[in-house]
Amino acid sequence: MKEISELNFPENVRYSKDHEWARPEKDLFVVGISDYAQDQLGDIVYVDLPAAGSKIKKGADFGSVESVKAVSELYMPLGGAVVAVNTQLGDNPELVNSAPYGNGWMIKVKPDDPGEYQQLMDQKRYLATLKG
Amino acid sequence: MRYLPHTEADIQAMLAAVGAGRIEELFARIPDACRRKGPLNLPPPLSEWDLDRHMENLAGANAVAPAYKIFLGAGSYDHHIPETIKQLLRRGEFFTAYTPYQPEVSQGTLQAIYEYQTLVGRLTGMAVANASMYDGASALAEALLMAIRITKRRRVALSRAVHPHYRQVAETYLRPAGFEIVLLPWGADGRTDLSRLADTADLAAVAVQSPNFFGCMEDLKAAAAAAHRQPDTLMITAFSEPLAYGLFEAPGRLGADIVCGEGQSLGIPRSFGGPGVGLFACRQEHLRSMPGRLVGRTVDLEGRRGFVLTLSTREQHIRRERATSNICTNQGLCALAAAMYMASLGGTGFRKLARLNYDTAGYLKTELQAAGVALPFAAPTFNEFVVRLPSGSRSRYLELLARRIVFGLPLEKYFPELSDHYLLCATETSRKQDLDLLVQEVTQ
Amino acid sequence: MIGTTGLVFNEPLLWELGAPGREAYSLPSREVPEHPVDPALTGPGPDFPDLSEPELVRHYTRLSQWNLSVDSSMYPLGSCTMKYNPKTNERQASLPGIANAHPLLPDDLAQGLLRLIFDLERWLAEITGLPAVSLQPAAGAQGELTGMLIFYAHHAALGRPRTKILIPDTAHGTNPASAALCGFTAVPVPSGPQGILTLQTVADRMDDDTAGIMVTNPNTLGLFEENIRQVADAVHAKGGLVYADGANMNAVLGVVDMGAMGVDVLHLNLHKTFSTPHGGGGPGAGPVCVTRALEPYLPVPRVAREGSRFTWRDDYPSSVGRLHAFYGNFGILTRAYSYILSLGAELARVSRLAVLNANYIQAGLKADYHLPHDRPCMHECVFTDKRQQAHKVSALDIAKRLIDYGFHPPTIYFPLVVNGALMIEPTESETKETLDQFIAALRAIAREAEQKPELLHQAPHHAKLRRLDEVTAARKPCLMG
Repeated sequence: MKEISELNFPENVRYSKDHEWARPEKDLFVVGISDYAQDQLGDIVYVDLPAAGSKIKKGADFGSVESVKAVSELYMPLGGAVVAVNTQLGDNPELVNSAPYGNGWMIKVKPDDPGEYQQLMDQKRYLATLKG
Repeated sequence: MRYLPHTEADIQAMLAAVGAGRIEELFARIPDACRRKGPLNLPPPLSEWDLDRHMENLAGANAVAPAYKIFLGAGSYDHHIPETIKQLLRRGEFFTAYTPYQPEVSQGTLQAIYEYQTLVGRLTGMAVANASMYDGASALAEALLMAIRITKRRRVALSRAVHPHYRQVAETYLRPAGFEIVLLPWGADGRTDLSRLADTADLAAVAVQSPNFFGCMEDLKAAAAAAHRQPDTLMITAFSEPLAYGLFEAPGRLGADIVCGEGQSLGIPRSFGGPGVGLFACRQEHLRSMPGRLVGRTVDLEGRRGFVLTLSTREQHIRRERATSNICTNQGLCALAAAMYMASLGGTGFRKLARLNYDTAGYLKTELQAAGVALPFAAPTFNEFVVRLPSGSRSRYLELLARRIVFGLPLEKYFPELSDHYLLCATETSRKQDLDLLVQEVTQ
Repeated sequence: MIGTTGLVFNEPLLWELGAPGREAYSLPSREVPEHPVDPALTGPGPDFPDLSEPELVRHYTRLSQWNLSVDSSMYPLGSCTMKYNPKTNERQASLPGIANAHPLLPDDLAQGLLRLIFDLERWLAEITGLPAVSLQPAAGAQGELTGMLIFYAHHAALGRPRTKILIPDTAHGTNPASAALCGFTAVPVPSGPQGILTLQTVADRMDDDTAGIMVTNPNTLGLFEENIRQVADAVHAKGGLVYADGANMNAVLGVVDMGAMGVDVLHLNLHKTFSTPHGGGGPGAGPVCVTRALEPYLPVPRVAREGSRFTWRDDYPSSVGRLHAFYGNFGILTRAYSYILSLGAELARVSRLAVLNANYIQAGLKADYHLPHDRPCMHECVFTDKRQQAHKVSALDIAKRLIDYGFHPPTIYFPLVVNGALMIEPTESETKETLDQFIAALRAIAREAEQKPELLHQAPHHAKLRRLDEVTAARKPCLMG
């Protein structure tokens, strides 16, 4: 595992306390897990994602991510309908390790309340919670 | 005691190192309220020689061949077990190892289980098989639970021609969570009657056994088609006599989604019903919902082929209450025996043996019928079949017993409507002389 | 190091061997004609490789030589009780009157077998202090499930089903998984600073909707739950039941009375405490012992004695039902029966020596490894990799290096409440000399961790294979050849 200073936390996304991030994209939000989360999990071997069309509340689990010896639930940073799922992760779960904010994204959500985005932490606050 | 190596001098030296005066001090933390009063009241220890005599007496009080002619199957079968298997299985390196948690020093077990999974997949005609379950009954219960998880439905259909004990185990596993089991009747030919299946909606699975409890080969293609008429419903095919697939088509090629059953036939002694081994295989797409251990192929740091336990995140030690099953171990040694047995026969031998079994039971069936014994079910059978004797047959059964012939299994206990019906079994170990004797005795 | 590296053979997969038409099986002579078969129903038969007998024997002999086992070395896998498996037990289980017995024999033709079950049940009752026993569960996990089914049935019979169950944080993962099968939601109970349960934490969580508690005693830290009697009273006071996981029974044979302790249901692992072989992962046997009050719920069928005759009975309307196609793993029961007959009351000595051995190891390693609970342990001791972490050496590295010294590694990363746990259970079978060698090996490894950590990161060096790529195995599963 790396030191916090070695990890990457872009400013153009917002973070949840469960280490998911969300990024606005037109009227949708792209969702994934942070560099910290992927580093804690280690080599990711499987990502279980919901079917497109699922409606999931903020804070409810939308899937799970697995390393060889651990499973972590994934929690919605903001509620809404899942309109797209990153199918590339099926054959290439390692993308979550190598590009957590890029090709390792997980779902795109049409939010019930776009205002929920503002309730998520910005980079500065998230870093502060990580450093405890 | 020869299993306990410590001398008094060892004990004193070790106590000194530990800083205790007596062994009892190490137990000082156990409160009085939790302690037993007085020593264990058990029989005095037996020497090995005395133990041998005692066990021989105990073993001698049971009926086995050749003193008895036993025409019992019903989920436990008499097949010849090659001496090679008995001896190889006893190698301490297999026998006294545990679950292969440390793959670098467990490659023997791991490769053997990988081979077992492959052979089970080929036998059942399925894409993936696990490292085994406890027995055929719990394998079926787990298959039903797996279908319930996959479909998120709460109801399953189970044929009444499935082994009654397997059905009971399924009920034990499914009842507390409130899942419903709908029983399917059997038809006049001894096969499951699927005609009313469409009346039951929201089925997670349809489960039949083939050969079924009556020895009848189910029409698996039709059963799968009927099951799949409801969207997403899974077809489960169970078995207690896998040797049948050496002659009859494998369930995986007839539309099954999960194939599971008992592997005792494959080189494992009957041992009064256990241990056997639960074979369990499914389609690739359901892999992550499958219970039980899995061994996968990989490479080591230097790129050499090796094997590891894999996809463990499905299992209880990681996923705890959300695991695919509470099962921890597989039935390791029995799976190994089954693999050795399948490898001993090879594809060629397996086909020949299946045919010899079929022909032997077929011979008995033909002879009985010729002698006037009624065969109530017309469906083709493997190794086992049902006969009906004239009413009041119980006394005949007991007379045969007195002559050291066990005339199969009286079915009335399991199916009240089948009084005077008996399930008979013959395998490659049944001799023609004994079959002829049986026909003669029962028709006298 | 106790070992040197001998010749290790490579060996292909089964289907890379053989040639079509070879056989390693001798078909019984055919005495009957062919019986007609409907060709529409037949299939091609399985695509198995054809091998000759010598190939088969060599194949499995070579595979076996890649395993470390109790017969070859000390195997201190914590929580698994890898004790010596007596050879005589194998002889008894393979007597023709036992191995060849059909499970559906009429009772009068199976008196020896029924008697064995009856006697073994009585002896396990005597050993545990719980009077009613079922030998049917095929493994510890199935014993646990049986226990939870009994909990469920008990509360259902009282007309008030309960939905929760208390499970300490030191528990095996099977506990919550078994409880979940009965619809119970696990409520975690943290252990206290001493590594054991406190009355207060249990009493705080116990309510009218909680079916009971699942405890392992001694617990997975190798410590006796000293407050168990008070904990049990608190659970009983709210109408709950106490389940004990007997995984660690090898510590307390002849010492503890589970009934007096307040336990209502206990499962035993015959493959741990009673010396039956682990077989590379099974078969085991997980008998369940219960109080008189819970006896009506035991699985069916049960053996009953009528005068001098034994019979099967299944007329127990409150029973949880059947768990196994027949009566469980009878062959394993036979081995445990043989073990108990060989030892008799000397079983108490087994636990005394198992506990002495564990304490001897604990004392021998204390100076080199961090011991989270420094007090006398029961049959196993739990260290951590805390000191070695300073050199970036983990419990995994230590375990792998131990292989190079000729020992099977201990259980690692369990219990979960201890970071970097190394859980060592020597059992009573090991001599003082072997224990000394084991201690010396782990102490040498502690030195290596300080001086040559890379040696540990790369270990094992002398095994058949180096470390395996488990990530690729899980990402791209290849489960069949």
